[in-house]
Amino acid sequence: MKFHLDEKIWLIVSFGMIIGFMFFTGYQTFVLGMGPPSHMETIDPQKVDETAPFDNPGVKQIGENEYEVVMTLEIFRFNPNNIEIPAGSTVHFTMTSKDVVHGFQVAGTNLNAMVTPGHIQKISQTFNEPGEYLVVCNEYCGIGHQHMATTITVK
Amino acid sequence: METAIKKSLNEKANKMLGISPQDAILSKSYLLVAFAALLIGGVLGLLQGLNRAGLLELPSWFTYYQVLTAHGLLLVLVLTAFFTVGYFYAALSHTLGGLLPKVRKLAWIGFGLKMIGFVFAVVPILMNEASVLYTFYPPMAASPIFYIGLVFIVLGVWMCAFGAFIQVANWRKHNKGKHVPILAYFATGVFVLLFFGSIPVTIEVLTIIPWAIGWVETINVMLARTLFWAFGHTLVNIWYLTAVSAWYVVVPKVIGGRRFSDTLTRVVIMLLVIMNIPGGFHHQIIDPGITEHVKFLHVFMSLAIGFPSLMTAYAMFSVFEKTAKKKGGKGVVSWFRKLPWGDVRFLAPMIAMIVFIPGGAGGIVQSTNQLNQVVHNTMWVVGHFHLTVGTSVVLTFFGISYWLVPYLSKRVLTPRVNRLGVIQTLIWTVGMLFMAGAMHWVGLLGSPRRTSYTTYFDNATALSWDPYLMFLAVGGTLLMVGVILQVYAVVHLMFFAPKGETEFPIAEVEDHSAKTPYWTERWGRVIVIMLVVIAIGYVLPLWEMIGNAPPGSPPFKTW
Repeated sequence: MKFHLDEKIWLIVSFGMIIGFMFFTGYQTFVLGMGPPSHMETIDPQKVDETAPFDNPGVKQIGENEYEVVMTLEIFRFNPNNIEIPAGSTVHFTMTSKDVVHGFQVAGTNLNAMVTPGHIQKISQTFNEPGEYLVVCNEYCGIGHQHMATTITVK
Repeated sequence: METAIKKSLNEKANKMLGISPQDAILSKSYLLVAFAALLIGGVLGLLQGLNRAGLLELPSWFTYYQVLTAHGLLLVLVLTAFFTVGYFYAALSHTLGGLLPKVRKLAWIGFGLKMIGFVFAVVPILMNEASVLYTFYPPMAASPIFYIGLVFIVLGVWMCAFGAFIQVANWRKHNKGKHVPILAYFATGVFVLLFFGSIPVTIEVLTIIPWAIGWVETINVMLARTLFWAFGHTLVNIWYLTAVSAWYVVVPKVIGGRRFSDTLTRVVIMLLVIMNIPGGFHHQIIDPGITEHVKFLHVFMSLAIGFPSLMTAYAMFSVFEKTAKKKGGKGVVSWFRKLPWGDVRFLAPMIAMIVFIPGGAGGIVQSTNQLNQVVHNTMWVVGHFHLTVGTSVVLTFFGISYWLVPYLSKRVLTPRVNRLGVIQTLIWTVGMLFMAGAMHWVGLLGSPRRTSYTTYFDNATALSWDPYLMFLAVGGTLLMVGVILQVYAVVHLMFFAPKGETEFPIAEVEDHSAKTPYWTERWGRVIVIMLVVIAIGYVLPLWEMIGNAPPGSPPFKTW
């Protein structure tokens, strides 16, 4: 196969671009700890209410400016809902689903995770800007899916 | 020897006299179903666009999610699958000396199975017993009839794949040492992908059926999702490879040029076949139960598919430049004017290719882990696949229809219908720019996909998305006009246009071009490498999902 010079350049640039994307993705994931939510723990999806920590969902302060939110998702609500936290705090969400697949997405942040029954999903975010953040379910979960939403208020 | 001579005479006769009536009616039937699906699916799409813009409330007996399930099924499954089979069977007939009677029979059996399967799938959707969207993620459980319908559709697709394999194998037996004609080579790649890509979803559906009936109590949710996307992503690339076949082979002929290096074309096909199936994991980047290491491996497997596409981009523009300069085009960009912009057979696939630049770039961006987290399951993704599938693929299919349909019906494309096609193409392009553009933008702001119109209890953030969503209605309306024009053109070309001979446009390679090495014909080796790549991508995560599976989920009907 004969390649022209300009084709060689094009292919090298193309290949380099793909490798560049790979490099940055790997750097962010493994050096900066910004990998996508990939928690590996499992849970019996039919016994969520009896299994710690989901037997007691809610917001808990676990350090200075640090909170843990244990959250269950079910049709068509988040529990707890209408969360309030002080500005500057880091929040660790621990979530699972009691029925079908749900999504957890907070508009205006990079919080975005699938929450599937049988799996515990974890994701963290530091909220520096005060305001009211909209939380929506972004995976179709049934006839009331468009009403599955809550807020996080940062004061 | 005697049969070989007879064979090649058959091929010559086929090329001289055009397609035989039996082969023509097969492809015409497939195309009619495809464009009927476009019409109904288009109407359903418009209903969604109007709803999402807050202009239309859908009734309780036909909900947004029923509409969405049917829209997805009709357009991503029926339109594309039926078009692909109709087009490639016409190509096999044309380039391999007519379809063998048993191959034609297989394609008809496949047609019947798919139609039965389709009726089985649609009836529960209409009865609101299967509002699970076309991804049907467990533990949402539709009526078992819906899944049984899907099995029939897959069986129908397999019949067409086997038919194509038999046709190509038969040709090779009688043409030892020769290269399979390029469109038949594309068809082989497409049907190899269709066959292997649909195996995972078949396994998924076969495990869902006993669970949906109630014979089995629970199901492994993550495993089902993963098997779905091993198929779902491959399907995307099957349409894409079909469109690419027209870019490499047909478009150069339409503009009066030669096609790009034969070897490179075949290498691109092989690469797309080999690297495709593991790409499915990029639909699960923010899922639990898959490690970051596996996800990183799959970023590579997904981005790698971009490489053959970038090779294609070079090839296409190289052909355009060469052809335009031969016709007296000059300069760095002004040779563009020498291309036949007024010919819909060129214009439609050309815009399709141009749209693939932002479409493909968006795909590369959203395959990388962290950027995916920003847009996952937002309207951005819907915008993305309305550019790639809804424009790059579908507009190419439209462009093909303006010569393929008259070729099959032994009629001609009149200047009037050509002008209609040009207008249709422009309407489609503008409609898609409005709709997909707004979808990308509002997705970045956080508006979720697959959600009927909502203000989330008058939330200020959600209300701020409304102006963008209005463009969905504007774009959707334009696209509906486009659908009507396109369906009219197909029906006209099939039944009413003036009689005459239309050519099946296949470009020749350049004179004095290098001989294509024979290793490109070794499909067995390609399939083995493909299976190795699939194993690298899937063995570990599937092992993890099955070995460390949580207790399963019972079925839910949440609509």
